[in-house]
Amino acid sequence: MEKLYKFLKYTFIILWTVFIVAPFLWAISTSFKDFQSVNSKVTYIPWLDFEPTLEGWRVLIKSPARGGVDIVEPYFNSLFVTCTASLISIVLGTLAAYALSRFTFKAGFVRNNDITFFFISQRIMPPIVLSIPFFIFLSTIGLLDSLIGLVVVYIVLLMPIAVWIMVDFFNRVPKELDETALIDGCNPYQAFYKVVLPNSIPGLIVAGMFCIIFGWIDFFFAFILTFTEVQLLPVKVVALNSSITPWWSLSASALISVAPLIIVAFVVERYLSKGNLSGALK
Amino acid sequence: MNLVAKHLTYKPDDQYHLNDVSFNFEKGRLYTILGRTLSGKTTLLKTIAGLLNPDSGNINFEDKNFSKVPVWERNVAMVYQQFINYPHLSVYENISFPLKQRKLNEENIKKNVEDALKTVGLVGFENRKIQELSGGQQQRVALARSLAKKAKILLLDEPLVNLDYKLREQLREEFKTIFNEGLANETILIYSTTDPQEVMELNGEVIVLDEGKVLQTGPAKDIFENPINLKVAEISNDPPMNIINGLKIDGKITFENINIKLPKHLSQLDNKNYNFGIRSSEIKLSDSGEEFEIELAEISGSETLLHLKRGSTKVIALIEEVMNFKIHEKVKVVFNSDKFYVFAEDGKLISSPYRIKNG
Repeated sequence: MEKLYKFLKYTFIILWTVFIVAPFLWAISTSFKDFQSVNSKVTYIPWLDFEPTLEGWRVLIKSPARGGVDIVEPYFNSLFVTCTASLISIVLGTLAAYALSRFTFKAGFVRNNDITFFFISQRIMPPIVLSIPFFIFLSTIGLLDSLIGLVVVYIVLLMPIAVWIMVDFFNRVPKELDETALIDGCNPYQAFYKVVLPNSIPGLIVAGMFCIIFGWIDFFFAFILTFTEVQLLPVKVVALNSSITPWWSLSASALISVAPLIIVAFVVERYLSKGNLSGALK
Repeated sequence: MNLVAKHLTYKPDDQYHLNDVSFNFEKGRLYTILGRTLSGKTTLLKTIAGLLNPDSGNINFEDKNFSKVPVWERNVAMVYQQFINYPHLSVYENISFPLKQRKLNEENIKKNVEDALKTVGLVGFENRKIQELSGGQQQRVALARSLAKKAKILLLDEPLVNLDYKLREQLREEFKTIFNEGLANETILIYSTTDPQEVMELNGEVIVLDEGKVLQTGPAKDIFENPINLKVAEISNDPPMNIINGLKIDGKITFENINIKLPKHLSQLDNKNYNFGIRSSEIKLSDSGEEFEIELAEISGSETLLHLKRGSTKVIALIEEVMNFKIHEKVKVVFNSDKFYVFAEDGKLISSPYRIKNG
């Protein structure tokens, strides 16, 4: 019985792995093919079945004038917007979360939990609800179709995630730790950055990773709030799909657009599996 | 030059955490705050440390108004019942942290840390991570950090309560030496606990706290011998002092059809109903005694606690050996009437075996 269970378990795991990994393998092999190897017959194995070429990748870098699609600029735009917005969200979100976790706020019927919920509620709404206000807001201040405008919008989208994760994290850091720091001669700011912050690194990393993931994969706002001046990667990749871009270049662009997420996923996974999130402080 | 508090009151919700607490603590002495959980001990310590602001009342230290001084300038040290250390720092860095905050020079810091490590017996652990230490060792680090600071006020909030029995005994012994030798005469030491035995062993000035109110103050021996009312008698004994509602008639005390010959120290008592108090250790098993039914028998360490019942009277007897009893079994016990306390119906102490008062 035990053996059967083990057998079924591993069969399932293997099948599932194939299911997940196969598209990647397909994309990787296609990205190294040329017209001949894609269209003639079914080919899988490089060098044996087909002669690998970097043509598909080269198209991505070349300017449109020379027959390329130039994905480099949108790529760096995306990197800039995601990283800047994530960084600002983490800094502001961490400060807000610390305040929400440690101090008691009263404003009419509003309490700490209500404020925390307000942050999270920004993510409960369907994003389309926010699109028109964002559009009007950005066009009023003249930041439509600009990197700064996108950073501003992404901070609104990402900060709730940072606040949410960090409030939960700080709530699990005993209050006595801050108090001990105060007693040991730190003023409240020193207590925060000398004691609380160094002990919150696992939380900060996870919050940062989530911000980067959600920022990087956003298509909707990048699509709505930009036209010609600025283009972000997800929009660019989708645009490629509808044009006459060859399959091998599409595969290559898909691969490099998921690459940062795969790296992030590995880092997060390491922290999650180590149990570093909850075990940092007892 | 003392730590003087006047009329401290703190009532954050519908319950008093501190209710008109006043005291005058002198330097170089040990004060123990005895009270049950939620009696306001931690609140009091935090108020002294400056982590809490009382609603009213003030604290003066060295003739300065303490209320105006923020926590980080007060030069106090505190050890919590949870083992609170800085998890991201090593043992050495933990202990030197407050000294660095005070910007002492490197040499001075090193000497202070080494002295503190020696005092708590953790020499050789300097580079360990906090997570690698046992609970007892973690609490020692916390204590060392407090000692190294040479703070003028040292607050210990139930420092032993989260440790296992053996370690508690051991650390309690060590505390006595540390407090006696390791502390300068400059320091006011305030130690809070729920454990009466700890209070007796530390043998300092005791403040009995209940629902934020000071019930009694005095030397440990005094509290033990003459608890001023039923509450104090209950709090300052573990297991709590047995209270028996009985009638004093002429030469005897009567309850539940038991007659006990009136002990000498109660000879001047009026004939009426009283609450008689007797410690668990003064109730002994004896074939010549009165019959009680066992409700529960707890074995703790080398002792057995018998929860006994007769009619509506319930008492706990402490038997100093491990014995097996069945529940609902009948046993015979005698009361050592020489150790009877007498409390009035309203709870006030009328007479104690150590000091005779005329009711």
